[in-house]
Amino acid sequence: MLEQLMYAIASLGGFALLAGLILAVSSKIFHIEGDPVSDKIDALLPQTQCGQCGFPGCRPYANAVASQAADVNHCVPGGERTMLAIADVMGVEPKSLDQEEAIPMVAFVREDECIGCTLCIKACPVDAIVGAPKQYHTVIADHCTGCVLCLEPCPVDCIDMIAKPELLEHWSWPLPDTTRAQTGLERRESHQHD
Amino acid sequence: MIKHFFKKLGFSQAPFAGGIQPDMRKETEHSPIEVCPLPPLLIMPIKQHIGQACSPLVAVGDHVLRGQKIAKAEGYVSVPIHAPTSGQVIKIEDYAIPHPSGMGLTSIFIEPDGLDERDETLKPIEDWQHTDVSALREQVRMCGIAGLGGAAFPTFIKLVQDQRNPIETVILNGIECEPFLTNDHRLMVEHSQKIVLGMQIIMHMVGANQVIIAIEDNKADAIECMKKAVNDDDMGLDIQVLSLPTRYPQGSEKQLIESITGKQVPMGKLPMHVGVLCQNIGTTHAIYEAVILGYPLTERVVTISGDAVPQQGNMLVRLGTSMRFIYAQRGLTDFDGLQILHGGPMMGERLRHPDIPVIKSSTGLLALSQDFFREAHPEEEPCIRCGHCSEACPISLTPNLLADHCRNEQLEKAADYHLFDCIECGACSYVCPSHIPLVHYFRFGKGQAAQVRREQGFAKDSRERSESRDSRIQREKDEKAAKRRKVRATHTPTPAEPNQGKE
Repeated sequence: MLEQLMYAIASLGGFALLAGLILAVSSKIFHIEGDPVSDKIDALLPQTQCGQCGFPGCRPYANAVASQAADVNHCVPGGERTMLAIADVMGVEPKSLDQEEAIPMVAFVREDECIGCTLCIKACPVDAIVGAPKQYHTVIADHCTGCVLCLEPCPVDCIDMIAKPELLEHWSWPLPDTTRAQTGLERRESHQHD
Repeated sequence: MIKHFFKKLGFSQAPFAGGIQPDMRKETEHSPIEVCPLPPLLIMPIKQHIGQACSPLVAVGDHVLRGQKIAKAEGYVSVPIHAPTSGQVIKIEDYAIPHPSGMGLTSIFIEPDGLDERDETLKPIEDWQHTDVSALREQVRMCGIAGLGGAAFPTFIKLVQDQRNPIETVILNGIECEPFLTNDHRLMVEHSQKIVLGMQIIMHMVGANQVIIAIEDNKADAIECMKKAVNDDDMGLDIQVLSLPTRYPQGSEKQLIESITGKQVPMGKLPMHVGVLCQNIGTTHAIYEAVILGYPLTERVVTISGDAVPQQGNMLVRLGTSMRFIYAQRGLTDFDGLQILHGGPMMGERLRHPDIPVIKSSTGLLALSQDFFREAHPEEEPCIRCGHCSEACPISLTPNLLADHCRNEQLEKAADYHLFDCIECGACSYVCPSHIPLVHYFRFGKGQAAQVRREQGFAKDSRERSESRDSRIQREKDEKAAKRRKVRATHTPTPAEPNQGKE
């Protein structure tokens, strides 16, 4: 009787040890740096680093969404498409955006008014402003994400946001002007805003 | 299977997959090429080819000669632009170009002085048989030649001897499968000798010996003329003038290669990867002018046709001539309620107004009455799954499914259905009984996908910049902290000192 009990304990205990060993080893071998869901979301975000979502950058917002601390609809520059993609990754219902999608803008320094204080250069999250102390600063339009973080620190208010110039190479065909295409578009949009 | 069947029927050629037989309406095929008079103003956009735009070399007020280089090529896929006549540069600013967006592009405005003096900088290469191939290639490039069949791809890029992909067969493309257009047809009838000479130069440049001049069987006189002209060939080339059954889009490069050689050019590959080079008739003529006469590309043959044009015909037009001026030559001045097309009816662009210059890719100018146009474009109805579009597609896609994905902006699915292999020939839209604007959906889908790609690329760059900034800030902070520690270490008393004080 005791002997049979011992067999059971020994075999079950043995299995448990073996399983524990496999788990321990595989957790080392298949270890993943960082959070894959957060990485996926970060890849979908437009990387403007603008902070309009209430987080200090795209990565922190991605982490917050991945840990379900934030909703999927806070990225303003990303717009509808980004929100849908994030909702898809998270497996949640799409939500309407916080704010209406704005047209893409870039910052522009009125150089004759710039005093060369370098404050905007320090504020720019993507190093898109060039200049040196007591020298005019200017915005590299191709690198500017339109995050508006440079407007506030400027002591002389010499930075404007201007609409990003439309390029011929970037023009794309609109949907056909048929009733069917247009009603489809309206239906999709109304679904997304529900 | 089908190919064998065709061979049994006596066709030497196996046709490409799909295709349609539209109403060809080649109403201008017997009207000889007339020379269009010089307009009062010439407008040269700085990009007239596929690739990078040129940068202007002239300033306002400069006097230029015909054939003088006024904008230089930037990058590899680019060819320079030349003044179409002698005159003065009066301004350089944005102006409408033949593009579906209706947007403008930097253009050089030239007021002709009426003398039409030629610039003699570029010399003809008379002894081309003994000239180095790379010098000929440079000549073709400096003469600004881009494919005149409509795509305007810089020609010099194709004229290359590649050891890994030697060209065995050269195909002269005289198919001209778009309805209405007859400019290549007229060139073959009127300038067959020059085309044969241009062809010999091409053969010398690519080092090939076999050439096939492909012409559709609705151009019997062109076939006749070309056959006569090739008899004068003195290079001992293996020349074949081939009559192909009329079928759209046979003039498309890859479809033509399939029709003639039976080889399919794989997706993402070029004709040279199957040992073939395709050249358009107009381009061959331009190569003749560039090498034998030393003339840069400053004019081209344009078909002016359509039911709203009183005197349809072909004209030799200076590049930069306003379309309104050309239509006026053919008796059309009132554009009220007309549809204007740049190119053929299948692949051409609809233009919003005729105040747009002719460029290197302008094969034809069509003006169609509203009735004619509406007949062709009624309202879209639901797909009835008839499958005609799949049968018509020359590259065997499923246009109806593809259009659904594009309409719903399911771009990844559309890419899975090979959206990017679509050549936008319009055969599917033409056969669709529900009048679904299929090609329009594909263009929409391609545009959206390109935008997504662009945004992703920009996001990637922004992330890199942001990360490098963060690491820089961190590094600076660390350096500062290290410095502070160092300063503290030299100025603050050593641990031994307080002990001494205690004592």
